[in-house]
Amino acid sequence: MTDPLVRLEQVTVAFDDRPVVDRVNLTVSRGDIVTIIGPNGAGKTTLIKTVLGIQRATSGQLSVAPGLVIGYVPQHLTLEPTLPLSVRRFMLLSGRALSDCKAALERTGVAHLLDASVHHLSGGEKQRLLLARALARKPDLLVLDEPAQGVDINGQATLYDLIRQLRDELHCGIIMISHDLHLVMAATDRVICLNQHVCCSGYPEDISQDPAFVETFGHQVAESLAVYHHHHNHRHNLHGDVVSTADAHEGCSHDHH
Amino acid sequence: MTIIDAVLGDFFWRALLGGLGVALVAGPLGCFVVWRRMAYFGDTLAHSALLGIALSFLISVPLNLGVVITCVLIALALVLLSRTRTLATDTLLGILAHSALAIGLVTLSFMPDVRVDLTGLLFGDLLAMTRQDLVWIYGGAAFVLSLLALLWRGLLMSTIHEELARVEGIPVERLRLALMLMFSLVIAVAMKIVGVLLITALLIIPAATARRLAHNPEHMTALAVVFGVVAVSGGLTLSWYLDTPAGPSVVVTAFLVFLMVYAGARQSRH
Repeated sequence: MTDPLVRLEQVTVAFDDRPVVDRVNLTVSRGDIVTIIGPNGAGKTTLIKTVLGIQRATSGQLSVAPGLVIGYVPQHLTLEPTLPLSVRRFMLLSGRALSDCKAALERTGVAHLLDASVHHLSGGEKQRLLLARALARKPDLLVLDEPAQGVDINGQATLYDLIRQLRDELHCGIIMISHDLHLVMAATDRVICLNQHVCCSGYPEDISQDPAFVETFGHQVAESLAVYHHHHNHRHNLHGDVVSTADAHEGCSHDHH
Repeated sequence: MTIIDAVLGDFFWRALLGGLGVALVAGPLGCFVVWRRMAYFGDTLAHSALLGIALSFLISVPLNLGVVITCVLIALALVLLSRTRTLATDTLLGILAHSALAIGLVTLSFMPDVRVDLTGLLFGDLLAMTRQDLVWIYGGAAFVLSLLALLWRGLLMSTIHEELARVEGIPVERLRLALMLMFSLVIAVAMKIVGVLLITALLIIPAATARRLAHNPEHMTALAVVFGVVAVSGGLTLSWYLDTPAGPSVVVTAFLVFLMVYAGARQSRH
């Protein structure tokens, strides 16, 4: 088993003594797709900002693999209207060669927009541009904050599909936040349901039956999700311990295809 | 007498040379003011320049130095106070801007033996440009421009998306401080030409004019310099022939250019 890219142990982030992220354990290795779901205000964004190193943890341990390159896809790209910027210029600001930038744009399907103004892109195109920018850095870990926001329904499925393919091509780890429960359940390996603390975690079809999940999202959502199957070629159990997400995954030989 | 001496010996040419030096740095910095929505912040720093002048007289240090140091201190105070988030940033800026201006004016009035031309400080003075000021302006401009060139990618990236920049390892906070230092320097050297009340205009108007025609950030910066140069030379000429105050004349010229470019761009669209 390879060394984890990121490991969080008992990480707490508190604002004014109010914990927003409460004693979270999380391990992401190469090849993992971990999706964080949870109600509004559950601390999802705070948690990934901690992983990104732009939010300091109040307590707990965060360890990252040495020399880890993170590709970050933020929720939005809101550009000041006064700042003229072309896709080409935005990509080159990553500091990578033009050939790398072009290849990345090609991969996310927006190569034709190279000379377009970023201001004129649609929501979906902006997401793909942000993804391309993250790819140009050849990341070991890809962190996505609601990547499918502003993307129409057809586009969403394609986007998640692309993310999964990228995981295989780059052999990177992926952490993403999502609200699109149905699509996430189909596209992910491991789901963490966050509500300040990790209320449950595990494999998609298990988690939808977890009492803690049902409590957080309600029966209707849980039942509709149970229909979605995630294809594993092995058996596994959910160790439903509330905070031990790392443990739940350990010792599981996971074959990704 | 050489030509250089002839030029520097004439106060109009000195003012023009100084003004062009200011326009050179005001262009790129003005773009950052516009991009980062720092107009009010720039205003606050400019207002505190008057406090800097009063303090310089009080402890007898060179005016330019006193202004730079005061502006840097006020900038740091702003950064620290805005982190506490007890007051909205614009409220905080309003308090600091006007308090600094008022404290400066009150302090000056306590020093009857110090004779300062208040109108000149507030609105700029064509006659006040000395050779030493020119050294300050071009020295400051060279320093600020090289620093900008060096930090360009990081500054631009943290302006576009601060968090993305931080994840990519760009030292966002240090760059913010560097930008404030540059502002303070520019305010200190531009004060003589346009006066503390109108410095922000010289930063913003050429940059905003450039936005209409620019296709990328560097293009906008270069155009802002061009429009700044037009505003300064036009304004000072106006001031020379019509005996109007220097600062307002420069700003009026900048504004006219702004109107023309926007009207022209509108025409060419149809």
